[in-house]
Amino acid sequence: MSADTTRWSAQVEVLLRSGIADPQGATIERALPALGFAGVDGVRTGKSFRFDLTAADEASALAQATEVADRLLANPVIEESTVVVVPATGA
Amino acid sequence: MATRVGVVLFPGTNCEHDAIEAVERLGAEAELVWHGATTASGYDALILPGGFAHGDYLRPGAIARFSPVMGAVAEFAASGGPVVGICNGFQVLTEAGLLPGALQKNRGLRFLCTTVLLRVETGATALTEGVDVGTEVAIPINHFEGNYTCDADTLARLRDEERVVLRYVDNPNGSVDDIAGVCNEGRNVVGLMPHPERACDPLLGSEDGIVLLAALLRSASSAVGV
Repeated sequence: MSADTTRWSAQVEVLLRSGIADPQGATIERALPALGFAGVDGVRTGKSFRFDLTAADEASALAQATEVADRLLANPVIEESTVVVVPATGA
Repeated sequence: MATRVGVVLFPGTNCEHDAIEAVERLGAEAELVWHGATTASGYDALILPGGFAHGDYLRPGAIARFSPVMGAVAEFAASGGPVVGICNGFQVLTEAGLLPGALQKNRGLRFLCTTVLLRVETGATALTEGVDVGTEVAIPINHFEGNYTCDADTLARLRDEERVVLRYVDNPNGSVDDIAGVCNEGRNVVGLMPHPERACDPLLGSEDGIVLLAALLRSASSAVGV
């Protein structure tokens, strides 16, 4: 069973889908010129999640974390997620 | 026999007593249905009222959709029972997949608390049965995430199938196609951001909510086999 007890750290980033208005991002972008950043555009806001999970291998960990992202963390109607898993530190 | 309305209560719901008061004034019997309930039998209609279920954590409705009661709501809806989600209740129904689309933050990023004019777009849904198309009603809104959105295919289908139930006369929040409320394919599940239960007494500035809630009670009494 030792193979099943490997711990993984998942990082999930949730952003609004392209084409969905992001008023927070747009507001931030409009504020940047006042700070002297003239050439910054494409600002988008989102959420970031971190959690640890147990899985036999990286593919299985990624599949689990992706399901968590798809079923709960992101609303697929308006959001999309990117999922990364790495071996948990100190595991 | 009086029409029996179940009003679903999640932790953080805050419009449940307004909803009960409003439908009781119209002659119905109403009671609270706890979010842990696993059945909704014995009711002729269900209301998911407004508020901040589970603190709106993650997204409005995102946690509430996993409540035990949502299985009962889905069964009730599948059997043809009238279900209306108001404001946060609308958000819960979209998250649960019982209604299409999603509610995102208002255009302009402002919390809106005002009375708006709505136009009834179909008289054949659980919330508008028998109401003339084109009827305008003044109903309060009270939301931050009320900006209805869906993909182009969904929008086309909603239009083709006349499933846009209510439109804002003057769009306050950026909702696509001025949509204030939609229904499911069966037309028995309706979600809307405005609060008809808060417009049922002259003291509250409008009685127009009665037009919609009376229609709900009519469809509740005509829904058979629930």
